[in-house]
Amino acid sequence: MSSVRVLVGTRKGAFVLTSDGKRNRWDVSGPHFAGWEIYHLQGSPADPNRLYASQSSGWFGQVIQRSDDGGKTWEAVGNKFVYDGVPGTHQWYDGTQHPWEFKRVWHLEPSPTDPDTIYAGVEDAALFRSGDGGQTWQELPGLRDAKGHLWQPGAGGMCLHTIVLDPRDPERLFIAISAAGVFRTDDAGKTWRPVNCGLKSRYELPDPSAEVGHCVHRIAMHPSRPNTLFMQKHWDVMRSDDAAESWQEVSGNLPSDFGFPVGVHAHEPDTIYVVPIKSDSEHYPPEAKLRVYRSRTGGHEWEALTRGLPQNDCYVNVLRDAMAVDALDACGVYFGTTGGQVYASADAGDSWAPIVRDLPAVLSVEVQTLS
Amino acid sequence: MIRVALPQHLRTLAHAGEEVRLQVEGLVTLGSALDAVEIAFPMLRGTIRDQVTRRRRPFVRFFACGQDLSHEPPDTPLPGAVVTGDEPLLVVGAMAGG
Repeated sequence: MSSVRVLVGTRKGAFVLTSDGKRNRWDVSGPHFAGWEIYHLQGSPADPNRLYASQSSGWFGQVIQRSDDGGKTWEAVGNKFVYDGVPGTHQWYDGTQHPWEFKRVWHLEPSPTDPDTIYAGVEDAALFRSGDGGQTWQELPGLRDAKGHLWQPGAGGMCLHTIVLDPRDPERLFIAISAAGVFRTDDAGKTWRPVNCGLKSRYELPDPSAEVGHCVHRIAMHPSRPNTLFMQKHWDVMRSDDAAESWQEVSGNLPSDFGFPVGVHAHEPDTIYVVPIKSDSEHYPPEAKLRVYRSRTGGHEWEALTRGLPQNDCYVNVLRDAMAVDALDACGVYFGTTGGQVYASADAGDSWAPIVRDLPAVLSVEVQTLS
Repeated sequence: MIRVALPQHLRTLAHAGEEVRLQVEGLVTLGSALDAVEIAFPMLRGTIRDQVTRRRRPFVRFFACGQDLSHEPPDTPLPGAVVTGDEPLLVVGAMAGG
């Protein structure tokens, strides 16, 4: 029988939530790495027992942990993230140029075919790759040649937070960087270019259609349609059907098109999910009602999913890496909040129930479907 | 043997007790003591000092015999009582305030 393992990163440790395929009774283990910030943990599609975790601390820096037994035990692996060559500079808040400085790993994206190959998106924004299970890391420096001198940090830091691998073309990757935008490579990371045509940032940029500088919060792809991407931007929910060459707004009837995560149903590539947030200055749900919005038409037309979610006095946020889906039928949808709740839906979002309610603030949620 | 006391998070990471005992060859300095810690516990590389610059991380402090050695250069000899193992070198997570 199938089962589900939900990997939750929080401000104060990692938690592993497990259930059988019915998804109505859950075991909670953790905290793992208690007291440390776990920005992200993620399993290898090629070996579900191989997990990676990004563990960091303002005091003690970055640690990468690896498990080979599905999270029962962990081993610290390589944490040396050194920019290739002379790292150069990027824009700083005061308009001067500022040296690139490694701060932390925001996102880990394992290869779909090799458990020892994994990508890491870091702050200050860069992409690293390991081919030896995380023991050593090498930067793909061509990314910073894609107008990196013009990138500048937003309030959350200049982080590379999203890595999307094209399942049909191992040479093609998409990445997204806060306050810089989306970038694509077609040669396995040697060269990159910005792919932000169609994005409009009226309140954030002097040139609303600038080639770089857009505050992309998250992008998502369904593996069966790798040329179609969905984006939650700072403001605006966007869609591309040409591998990010151009973007169109699909915010439609959302109560707010500000938000952080965007997810795609496991079996319906035109069914997508967002969690609207009131605004960039008020990071909580509109009308204090926690609502996931689902579109079954790839955008434009959205329905509120509210059953089981708090519909008054709710002031939590859902961060960019904190929503995921499982591959069961019906598709399960999961998200975690800054209030420490992890909600699950075993019916594609029609109804929700909390798995746990009182974790530290949730930074990331990933799901493994195990058979 | 010198004694080095680690903060809780690093003890957990290193699977070590409150204090570790280490052999340091030659002159026992702040730098050579920290080198010995990192050789014995490679998972601590980068958590006390920067991996590249080898400079102390901003919110880590080094105390010994009632002295703050945090701002001393790495070739600073450690106090005699630390060298003989009578007193530990304390690696401390700095106060966070609040």
